[in-house]
Amino acid sequence: MDSAGLLDDADRRLADAQRLRARQTNRTRGLLLAPALVIIGVFGLFPLTITLIYSLLEPGAYGGVKWVLSGEAYVQFLFNRDIFDGTLRFSTSYLQIFGRSIGLAFVATIGALILGFPTAYFIATKPPAQRNLWLFIITLPFWTNLLIRTYAMLLIIRDEGLINLSLIGIGIVEKPISILYTDTAVFLGLIYSYLPFMVLPLYASLEKLDFRLVEAAYDLYATRWQVLRRIIIPIAKPGIVAGCILVFIPGLGAFITPELLGGGKKLMIGNLIYLQFGTLRNWPFGSAAALILLTVVMIALLIYIRNAGKAAPGHG
Amino acid sequence: MISVERVTKRFGMGESAVVALDDVSVTISENEFFTLLGPSGCGKTTLLRLIAGFELPNKGLILLDGQEIGHLPPYRRPVNTVFQNYALFPHMTVAQNIGFGLEMLGKPAAEIADTVGRMLALVRMEALADRRTDQLSGGQQQRVALARALAPQPKVLLLDEPLSALDLKLRKGMQIELKRLQHETGITFVFVTHDQDEALTMSDRIAVMEAGKILQIGDPKEIYNHPASRFVADFIGDINILKAEMTEVRDHTGTVRLASGAVARAHVPSAALAPGAVSVAIRPEHIHLCGPAEDNRTCTGVITNVIYFGSGTHIHMDLDQGGSLIARTTLGGGAIGERVGVVLPSEHLQVLVD
Repeated sequence: MDSAGLLDDADRRLADAQRLRARQTNRTRGLLLAPALVIIGVFGLFPLTITLIYSLLEPGAYGGVKWVLSGEAYVQFLFNRDIFDGTLRFSTSYLQIFGRSIGLAFVATIGALILGFPTAYFIATKPPAQRNLWLFIITLPFWTNLLIRTYAMLLIIRDEGLINLSLIGIGIVEKPISILYTDTAVFLGLIYSYLPFMVLPLYASLEKLDFRLVEAAYDLYATRWQVLRRIIIPIAKPGIVAGCILVFIPGLGAFITPELLGGGKKLMIGNLIYLQFGTLRNWPFGSAAALILLTVVMIALLIYIRNAGKAAPGHG
Repeated sequence: MISVERVTKRFGMGESAVVALDDVSVTISENEFFTLLGPSGCGKTTLLRLIAGFELPNKGLILLDGQEIGHLPPYRRPVNTVFQNYALFPHMTVAQNIGFGLEMLGKPAAEIADTVGRMLALVRMEALADRRTDQLSGGQQQRVALARALAPQPKVLLLDEPLSALDLKLRKGMQIELKRLQHETGITFVFVTHDQDEALTMSDRIAVMEAGKILQIGDPKEIYNHPASRFVADFIGDINILKAEMTEVRDHTGTVRLASGAVARAHVPSAALAPGAVSVAIRPEHIHLCGPAEDNRTCTGVITNVIYFGSGTHIHMDLDQGGSLIARTTLGGGAIGERVGVVLPSEHLQVLVD
């Protein structure tokens, strides 16, 4: 074979080898991803499909569903149907529940951010050897069941609880301050439950922060406050956003905390959905409420992701 | 003008404390390119950080134009720093980085835009004003860091090994560039480096540091030609050090008897040096070779190695009376095993403080 022929031959073999490698890489990736996809498919998408189907059916008299196609559940979310003549009147009662839930979850998220940011900064500026100990302490509440932690909180903040007895004992107040069964109690409970979800991503982004940038900003006449606002917070933004999402979304759907600490007096979305499947035996409406919540969260996230992608290519 | 007066800086406490600067004093004049040169851990970066305000001294004074600034935070000192890794803000553009200092000083937007434009021109980066800093090459980042530190027009610019991350060719270019910038802006530069070539090329004056102390301050020629101590001689350039006996000292000139028995005159840097056993130093390029029997030879030896390095040749020799020498020649020649005579001119012999 002449030398041109040898080169052609080599080209062909190299092309084959490259195709083979690409195929192997794809297959490896597929295999690595498969278990997670199976779990999400079986326990995520499948129940979600059932929820979607149920939301479009009529409620059964003793729970469950009647297999009759109906949009009633969605109508019920926005309108009140008159019992006698069946006319629809616009009603905001469920919207109010959504609004209150979003509001409480939002305030709890801000609270967790304000508490979590200094904590994360404190840990991130510790010598590396000590950081793991601090992170361990932060995750300590996870070692106990949420229900038990919530009961513990209930015992502490109730009228005869630790806080009120101490305050009365010292003589600061005469009557116990009612915290339990108020929005404040739910707010405190949500912050306490989800604070680690805020601290961990914040820590992850602050730990990567190059503190020479902070020095550079000080050198360029920035005061402490300006360094925080102009350097640290913008660079920690991915962590702030991740932490806020991780607190806001479970906070929005929280169910144990508002039930126990809020006394179930004022409904939150989680309790509303729970009631439909329990006492009220209206599975289609419960399904519809759950799906509306899911949609609202998804839209909010999508808007955020698109904007974040535009603002900082290669970051976030 | 910056005066550092009797400054001591310790890190850590008690037994494990490390003294980074030990009673250091130095005065840097207006519009001077001043270099702190020394091996890593000698305290040069600590001294720079004390002037910048990132660390506070344990003792001593730091004066800027007669005003005590040693206790002030960095944002209260009219001093800016170019960092070793540049420390550019990754979430800002080139122009925003350069304008940051002015913005923090509360300058009006028009003035900031104007100064940023001039700074971009000064470092020849006009075309990249709106780039993000992580899209720049090392040399470009370097220029942005310089422009950012120069924009607020500091009284003193501190540079912490700013060229160490660049490759050789770029480094040579930036050395000339820095010298030009210093000349054009008229700002005092305090430059930290461990690279003696860099220090010799760029500086008006050099302070050679070791173990928290300044060993010698002088202009590059003085430091190179008349190193005061063995450490300085060894650290700057190539040098030969020979044992000798000093018999007499007068007016910074000593009479020394080398191991070969030859008597020569040598420069004595310090009045503290008394007659007795001393070390004598001479640069390779100042050694002349001649025939082994010529009259003007100081001693004789045998060539052990000949190393060509482009612009010249190093000839390694073992001396007959013990010790070895390296001579630099641009003439080439010399063969391993050849006997030669060695001439050590008196004007280039230097007695060292050990």
